[in-house]
Amino acid sequence: MKNWLHTIQQNKRLQALIVGLYIVVTFFSLYLAQKSVVAFLLLLSSLLLLYFTTFSNRVKWLIGGLVMVVLLPLAASQGEAYQSYMEVATLVGIYIAMALGLNIVVGMAGLLDLGFVAFFALGAYTYGIFATGQANNFMPFGHYPLSGESFWVFIFIGCFVAALFGILLGVPVLRVKGDYLAIVTLGFGEIIRIIFNNLDKPVNITNGAMGLASVQPPRLFGIDFMYPSQFYYIVLVILIAVIFAVRRLEFSKIGRAWKAVRENEIAAQAMGIHLVKTKLMAFAVGASFSGMMGVVFAAKQTFVDPTSFTLLESITILVMVILGGMGSVPGVILGAALVTILNLQVLTELTNWLNQLSLNGVISVPDALSPAKMQRFIFGIILILFALYRPQGLLPAKNPVFNEKELKDTDKLVNAGVQKEATQHVHLDS
Amino acid sequence: MSILTVKNLTKQFGGLVANSNIDMEVQKGSITAVIGPNGAGKTTFFNMVTGVYQPTSGEILLNNESIVGLKPHQVTKKGIARTFQNIRLFGAITVLENVMVGMHNHLHGGLFGTILNLPRVRKEEKEARREAYRLLEYVGLESFFNEEARNLPYGAQRKLEIARALATKPKVLLLDEPAAGMNPKETSELTKLIYNMREELDLTIILIEHDMKLVMEISEHIVVLDHGEKIAEGTPDEIRNNEKVIEAYLGKGAATTAS
Repeated sequence: MKNWLHTIQQNKRLQALIVGLYIVVTFFSLYLAQKSVVAFLLLLSSLLLLYFTTFSNRVKWLIGGLVMVVLLPLAASQGEAYQSYMEVATLVGIYIAMALGLNIVVGMAGLLDLGFVAFFALGAYTYGIFATGQANNFMPFGHYPLSGESFWVFIFIGCFVAALFGILLGVPVLRVKGDYLAIVTLGFGEIIRIIFNNLDKPVNITNGAMGLASVQPPRLFGIDFMYPSQFYYIVLVILIAVIFAVRRLEFSKIGRAWKAVRENEIAAQAMGIHLVKTKLMAFAVGASFSGMMGVVFAAKQTFVDPTSFTLLESITILVMVILGGMGSVPGVILGAALVTILNLQVLTELTNWLNQLSLNGVISVPDALSPAKMQRFIFGIILILFALYRPQGLLPAKNPVFNEKELKDTDKLVNAGVQKEATQHVHLDS
Repeated sequence: MSILTVKNLTKQFGGLVANSNIDMEVQKGSITAVIGPNGAGKTTFFNMVTGVYQPTSGEILLNNESIVGLKPHQVTKKGIARTFQNIRLFGAITVLENVMVGMHNHLHGGLFGTILNLPRVRKEEKEARREAYRLLEYVGLESFFNEEARNLPYGAQRKLEIARALATKPKVLLLDEPAAGMNPKETSELTKLIYNMREELDLTIILIEHDMKLVMEISEHIVVLDHGEKIAEGTPDEIRNNEKVIEAYLGKGAATTAS
């Protein structure tokens, strides 16, 4: 088996063949069998297969882009289930971006945040308030709702508002560490939700528990974005930007500072790293991704209310990060995709199936035991199992591998080579 | 010329006086050792100089400029770097990245420059990688550059701490028990390295060390602490024959027999 894998790893043409074949087969199976959730999931997992190939990054991005932009929507578009597939894909994208944000805070900077969904809520309400008539209640000027064209600006405003609150939260909270930090952030998450729930008096800003209904759909060149298949592309564009940003930050001065703070605060300070600034930046950047996706979420649901932003959501995002691998960008993407699909597809399908069975009188499952209600139970099990048996997650974080040739000065090359051999011998001896 | 001047430095933890009225002058370009029995307050002294602790009273001057009240990262910016007695590497990242963390204040890639991957930032990163590799070559760890720091052998971890401290481009380097846990061969390599650093990198070195052979061989000036107080200072020869020092290390009886 190992040998066999090794041969494939050596042979790029073979890899191309396998990946190509896989994509073609799953594409047509989804194209022909529209109701098959399995085919949809298999086509999605072609990206995972692609991740394990040894192609250059550019080739991977190109193939991945082709699958996401053209093949997946095309294959899914042939039947009635089109919109529900795209709905799932859109939500997967939203959760991936949020999990990547939380990954910066928890995975890279090592700050356990249990109230992360608050930033998502901030983004959602930022757009929700101004894209409904709600803002008329307290804004002295302007005419609301703002038109759908403002959505594109609000993506950036949501990003900025969330980042700002990330900093505002960070300033008092970063005085505490570890478990205390977790509790304080948990409190913050709940406070934000409760404020949104009660901010309908004395001035009605959020419309309280009633929520904000009929949020304006985004509009571009006179086209309204109403369907999940359209939101899919908005999410995809933001997600790609987010992935690029995270990847670049991870291997930069800033990413190294985050990891240094996670590994050892005292040593990090001794290296000249400003502790508070570095942590605040992690909070702000992580929160900003969430804020952007919050705006998209509000526009997609066309309805915002506080029940979408409970503690369970924060925990869900944390589970994604832990399942995928803390600090690992590919891992977190996989973790977020798995958890979201488990939530939306697998559990719902399973519930439907069981309902069908009990309707036919084969078995009777009490309502309380339906799989859709077992989310917490399943997340709990996942967390325990991963903490025990695979704490590094599904795809553990990898360090960058540097190329020795690039590091050496050309004129020193011969000299350094000799030195290297010498030290290796010493190493073997000792 | 004195580069670091300490006046009346005192640190109290509640009722415990960890350092009391320490005076000290460190000459530019010298190698100074701080010695003393366990619990004498040597590391507390280092922690005050590097801003980890704030002194209860007293003055610390770097080039005649007070550094009391500065945060550790500000002290590092002023040009004081240190290593730690209990090794504090960034275990989960690579050896090369550990050194690159030390360059933090000499890199200027901001948030947006990094996200946009500007050519300026890319070039700077490339330079930083090369510089870090050169520093690893300098301490003799270049063969480990892609390893996770926590996987290095003990002696190599100590050297990596030195390389990382050098990456901050310090004027004064504080080494807290650099030879602890090293075998004689590694210790002699370290001795050579400390000498070379002083000569080649224009450094002033202050070290805490229990290995008397190393201390006597390397240092030009020795300060002896006991119970938080400075009991002696001078050249290695003066310290070797100082009664108070022998007493502190071996007890009163030993001092009388020796004399």
